[in-house]
Amino acid sequence: MSLFDLSIKEIHKRLKERQVSVKDLVQASIDRIEEVDHNIHAFLTINEEKALKEADILDEANDAEKGLLYGLPVGLKDNIITAGTKTTSGSQMLKDYSPAFDATVVTRLTNAGAITIGKCNMDEFAMGSSNENSSFFPTKNPWDTKRVAGGSSGGPAAAVAAKEVFFALGSDTGGSVRQPSAFCGVVGLKPTYGLVSRFGLVAFASSLDQIGPITKSVEDNAYVLQAIAGHDNMDTTSAKIAVPNYLSSLQGDIRGLKIAVPKEFLGEGVDEGVRQRIHEALATLEKLGATWEEVSMPHVSYAVAAYYILSSAEASANLARYDGIRYGRRSPHATTLEEAYKFSRSEGFGDEVKRRIMLGTYALSAGHYENYYEKAQKVRTLIKEDFENILTTYDVIIGPTAPTTAFKLGEKTKDPLTMYANDLLTIPVNLAGNPAISIPCGFSEGLPVGMQMIGKPFAETTLYKVAHVYEQATNYHKEKPKL
Amino acid sequence: MSKVTKEEVRHVAHLARLQMDEKEIEKYEKHLADILTYVDRLNELNTENVKPTTHVLDLQNVLRSDQEEQSFTQETALENAPAHKEGKIVVPSVMKK
Repeated sequence: MSLFDLSIKEIHKRLKERQVSVKDLVQASIDRIEEVDHNIHAFLTINEEKALKEADILDEANDAEKGLLYGLPVGLKDNIITAGTKTTSGSQMLKDYSPAFDATVVTRLTNAGAITIGKCNMDEFAMGSSNENSSFFPTKNPWDTKRVAGGSSGGPAAAVAAKEVFFALGSDTGGSVRQPSAFCGVVGLKPTYGLVSRFGLVAFASSLDQIGPITKSVEDNAYVLQAIAGHDNMDTTSAKIAVPNYLSSLQGDIRGLKIAVPKEFLGEGVDEGVRQRIHEALATLEKLGATWEEVSMPHVSYAVAAYYILSSAEASANLARYDGIRYGRRSPHATTLEEAYKFSRSEGFGDEVKRRIMLGTYALSAGHYENYYEKAQKVRTLIKEDFENILTTYDVIIGPTAPTTAFKLGEKTKDPLTMYANDLLTIPVNLAGNPAISIPCGFSEGLPVGMQMIGKPFAETTLYKVAHVYEQATNYHKEKPKL
Repeated sequence: MSKVTKEEVRHVAHLARLQMDEKEIEKYEKHLADILTYVDRLNELNTENVKPTTHVLDLQNVLRSDQEEQSFTQETALENAPAHKEGKIVVPSVMKK
């Protein structure tokens, strides 16, 4: 049995009883990365020396009372800013960028005693659903290395699935925590918009981006969220709410829980194997005391179209900061200032990023703004209302996380629209701002299937409770890929 | 059918400060046309009396007190600049010689 088979709570107990040291944990992570990462490519940067030094300091301080994450090595998606550690956001533009400050989530994890072991691979600027848009290399799925790990947080999800770290953080703009978690058979949460600070997250689409934990189990997930959630003065979109005790939500049962299953979530394009696993999961939840009904959310099928306009428009504005002047790549070929902007950006950004900048700039330009940008904002309202309507009657919405299991590397790269369609079940949630979790609910042809649970704004407690009760009744989260 | 002209693609590329050769202009002409055709499905919905949602949280005018705080040193601020000299960022000439 490896240390990685233990829950965060069990490891913490051993650490407190001095059966293991922080150094053992860090070394276990380094050894495992050494052993498997040449097959998976989950990491872009590994902080071996720094992490071992930090381990010594924490062992010396012996302050495990600080919290459950004390001494635990974490993998961070490479768009989460780390002071003094390279942060590339998967892009050539930031290939050598070494930030001067930490993201708020990093400060909070460090205060809780977690150790950043490395930075994980991702689609460039978080734009993609397969990790094939990383400008460095694609991350492979630990269950089948011929398949994608999902995106854009493919690196963090694969690192957790391959037992290289005890937990990881990703970011989710249109499903980027949930979809790779589903593909890799781990637990991923997209918190309510505003619950977790975005300060120090490389911005993609500011009204949709949210950082979320990726873990082996629901319980572990709750521990991580507890450490990173809460208001932050440095983020003007941070919600001023009292953070509930997520751990206490892991108690009790789900008798009387009302589940809505939108027929649009199990419609065309959803694989038969995925559909079956969701129906089996619903049957399990029924046995546990919940009831479910089919409902309709008439506007969710428009979410992908609205999302690509809105997220690209925001991206085109956010990515304007990469001008080759203050940081990031500057083209050596530029002789004038305008050339410095144009050449640096053209050489530094990959195809998908350029495509979205072009779409976003087009949608915001004179003559197109009302037809595209404003229209999409209005459709966003309708989608948000769909969620509000359903969640006044029901406690949670359940469906698959992704319409298929992990697809083959290269299978969808030629056609951007097919790739975009893969996110049709996760995108509506970002537009509405609600929280959603993806948890393992079985396998289809040997590959993990993810079940998505969506809750009311700031009702992460409900999601954790339902997900935990389901997880206790099944063993899917304990199955791990053979590497 | 494409609703985007090459001229429009050139204009948008300029607005976005992206350098593109003819081959790329053609490529993005097709990509943009494909995506916009897909996006046109939004017009199936009547949104006449719908308020646009710019943001999901009910927040406005987030302010903080105007207090002096420690900021980056000049040295730190310049650390990632591709070129700097005597505490200033060096840029290529603004006008052609």
